[in-house]
Amino acid sequence: MNDLIASNKRRTFFLLTGFIVITVLVGMAVGVLIGNGTTGTIIALVFSAVFAFGSYWKSDSVALRVSRAVPADPVEFRRLHNLVEGLCIASGLPKPRVFIIRDDAPNAFATGRNPKHAAIAVTTGLLEKMNRVELEGVVAHELSHIKNYDILVSTLAVTLVGTIALVTDITLRMMWWNGGRVSRGNDRRDSTNPLAFVGIALLILAPILARIMQASISRRRETLADVSACKMTRYPPGLISALEKLQADSTVTHSASMATAHMWIEQPMSGVNDAGRLGMWHKLFNTHPPLAERIALLREI
Amino acid sequence: MDILVILLIVVVLLVVFITMYNSLIRRRNEVDNAWSQIDVQLKRRLDLIPNLVETVKGYASHEKATLDAVIQARNSAMSASVSPSAQATADTAITGALRQLFALSEAYPDLKANQGFVSLQEELSNTESRIAYARQFYGDAVLSYNTAIQKFPGSLIAGAFKFAKREFFEAEAAARTTPQVKF
Repeated sequence: MNDLIASNKRRTFFLLTGFIVITVLVGMAVGVLIGNGTTGTIIALVFSAVFAFGSYWKSDSVALRVSRAVPADPVEFRRLHNLVEGLCIASGLPKPRVFIIRDDAPNAFATGRNPKHAAIAVTTGLLEKMNRVELEGVVAHELSHIKNYDILVSTLAVTLVGTIALVTDITLRMMWWNGGRVSRGNDRRDSTNPLAFVGIALLILAPILARIMQASISRRRETLADVSACKMTRYPPGLISALEKLQADSTVTHSASMATAHMWIEQPMSGVNDAGRLGMWHKLFNTHPPLAERIALLREI
Repeated sequence: MDILVILLIVVVLLVVFITMYNSLIRRRNEVDNAWSQIDVQLKRRLDLIPNLVETVKGYASHEKATLDAVIQARNSAMSASVSPSAQATADTAITGALRQLFALSEAYPDLKANQGFVSLQEELSNTESRIAYARQFYGDAVLSYNTAIQKFPGSLIAGAFKFAKREFFEAEAAARTTPQVKF
């Protein structure tokens, strides 16, 4: 279990590094094309960072309000509170605020910028459909997100995506206005600098690549949360059983949207086609690994 | 220029040393904290027992043997020494006695239906879970600390500043067998 966790963290690190490399490449491409890559990239990075980290700071209240979550009454939802408290003792986390979402679809999410300011929310559908060990597995999964600072990781990813999107967008526009002319330094010759083509291709592909990488990071962290949850409860069958129930259940979560899709334990939108398998396009952009894959991995622990 | 390079190396080594030393301190404190967490839950369990005994007495006062066993176990737990083996013995005694007590409720339907009894039973069951979680966390903390003081180069710092290895919580041999419930 510990090796799985360590390797997952390593992969996230490499993905984020890859992200930064792409950002740098984009900056260089911009440099070749319009002669001023560095400043533009830095400005875009700053803008992106401000937006992303602003939202990260307030991530808990925004996420909760969008999903119409209400605080869970400690008397009415005593079982849930006890579960959360027990798992917090096991993991050394401070107890997060607990919220309820009145929705029949079984689902849950965790949010908050660090363990001290965290919150978890579960739907009433989840509470009804899961038994004690399954609920424990789901809560452990959400607490693992908090413990592994996944909100921070995904904010980093979003910042980088935003940067790349901004830089490529502005550069392509500038080139369009310029009439497609390449940078001043090459004015002598005609603008058939071969790097220009590479640059343009990169600029067009980069945002798509960035989103694919962001989805990949999200999937890694979901798997990490699954494995960390099993470490917390020391009982993989609980979470496996919960995931199997989620697989069998086809109710759509109404309180979610594409924007919040990445936070839930199981993606609220269905990407499964009639054959029961994920279409290849959906596979690239999915924020969660397919349930069958998650269950298979946990069975091997 | 050579002086600068040497100075840089010294600074880097110093930073590394400070980071590792602080990390060992943090892990050791986590172990202590985890141990006291277990204590908190154990205390809570001991505090719940008198209420439970009184509730049961109201319905089944002639079950002297079982009630006495519980009170006896509680008293010895409160006065037991802090050594892990004494604690483990006391723990086994309490768990066994409580199980007998809850089995009693099967024979007394009025007791079983009593709200107070039911809620105390839930509280105790809850506390048992938390004790288990707290022990799990203690084990994790000890693992992390022991590994850190044994790995190189942490072992050098640990040796120099006398960071001692910590013991895992061992369930006593008797606790490994399931307590028998006799009706």
